[in-house]
Amino acid sequence: MNRFWDWDYAWQVLPTLLSALRMTFIATLAGMTLAMGLGLGLALMRRSRRKTVSGPAAVFVEFIRSTPLLVQIFFLFYVLPRFGLSLPPLLTGILALGIHYSTYASEVYRAGIESVPRGQWEAAQVLNLGPAQTFWRVILPQALPPVIPALGNYWVAMFKDTPLLSTITVLELLYAAKDLASESFRYLEPLTLVGLLFLTLSVLSAQIVRRMEKAFQIRGAL
Amino acid sequence: MVKVSGITKSFGEVSVLRGVDLDVRAGEKIVIIGSSGSGKSTLLRLLIALEKPDGGRIEIEGRSLWTRMAGNKEVPANAEHIRRARRDIGMVFQHFNLFPHMTVLRNITEAPIHVQKIPRGEAEAYAEELLRRVGLSEKASAYPNQLSGGQKQRVAIARSLAMKPRLMLFDEVTSALDPETVGEVLGVLGQLAQEKDRAMILVTHHMVFAREIADRIVFMDQGKVLEQGPPAEIFRHPKEARTREFLNAVLEEV
Repeated sequence: MNRFWDWDYAWQVLPTLLSALRMTFIATLAGMTLAMGLGLGLALMRRSRRKTVSGPAAVFVEFIRSTPLLVQIFFLFYVLPRFGLSLPPLLTGILALGIHYSTYASEVYRAGIESVPRGQWEAAQVLNLGPAQTFWRVILPQALPPVIPALGNYWVAMFKDTPLLSTITVLELLYAAKDLASESFRYLEPLTLVGLLFLTLSVLSAQIVRRMEKAFQIRGAL
Repeated sequence: MVKVSGITKSFGEVSVLRGVDLDVRAGEKIVIIGSSGSGKSTLLRLLIALEKPDGGRIEIEGRSLWTRMAGNKEVPANAEHIRRARRDIGMVFQHFNLFPHMTVLRNITEAPIHVQKIPRGEAEAYAEELLRRVGLSEKASAYPNQLSGGQKQRVAIARSLAMKPRLMLFDEVTSALDPETVGEVLGVLGQLAQEKDRAMILVTHHMVFAREIADRIVFMDQGKVLEQGPPAEIFRHPKEARTREFLNAVLEEV
């Protein structure tokens, strides 16, 4: 048992880790979906001409980006229940990840929207497209493709932040590894495997993002 | 159909229009000439409400563009009022402004389908007819970046025509083109000019072309309409010294 690396043990814990990986996936996917949607909302609010709309959005983005994700996770998990809002750990984690990364996503969206030439808005305007039609049909399809790499980076970053959810008892990869280690007192194998899994999946995600970038690339660049 | 009176417009410190009056009759073809900075493009942008004038009045079919009647009081126009006034007006830009993520066909059908609520099949049939008229039938499924400048501009003209405007504004539509594609765009414009049911206002530097198609030439200088009249009169016997100066300068180039 005092071998430096125990292959048998490594093989033995792998299935448990892989099943915990599912939780990591769910958290990342749901968190990212939330971040993308909420981020777009924040970007739109910040573009508003009304100060009562753009102001609060700006403060919210600044506040969330200037405070650590771990603090936000703890806040949602330990403080919200005191106000009667008690959510299951996984949902709390998804909410924290989604809100945190939505602020970054909103900045990315803003840059994308601003990169669309003024003439596109004017062409839509003289064709009498309404504000919503202009945004969804003309502007957003041009604003998104150039920012897919940036959004993809945040996607990978969020994936790597999911172990923080182990602190609020979400049974994701790191939590499962620590759980195993606390029974066997062998930390090396589970934690190394966790590292390797993250490495593999991060590289894989980066590949997927690159593919998406190509697929979404519009054929026309002015 | 359009009546402009006393329009003024400044951008910051720069006063671009200083009291412009202009009447456009239904079906009339007007060419606006003048040196750069004389306010020609700004005037077009005001007519289709891309810019708001600082003072003066624009009436389209007898209805004020920037005010509306609420009961018997005149109040500032809302977005709905402006969209309704804009329904009869089309505009073609110097830089085409085609939608790069849509095919040529979709560029043309987008507004008829989603603004005028015309059934897709009908809108596409009309778009194909328009493409035939501008000589680009085979480009329906191409994307804008696969076209030459002249082809892009002809698509932009078709896109504007698809809304069946009764007044079309052309803002230096050949200025961004390679010299060899200017002719094909002027050809399309010449054809359109022969159709009686649509008024056109063109800002252009092609004096020979202007003389051919215009019912009336409007010479603008320093934010004002200095002189206007039939092409023969303006080109042959300009009354104002500034007009003579301008014409001598541009005609020398030819």
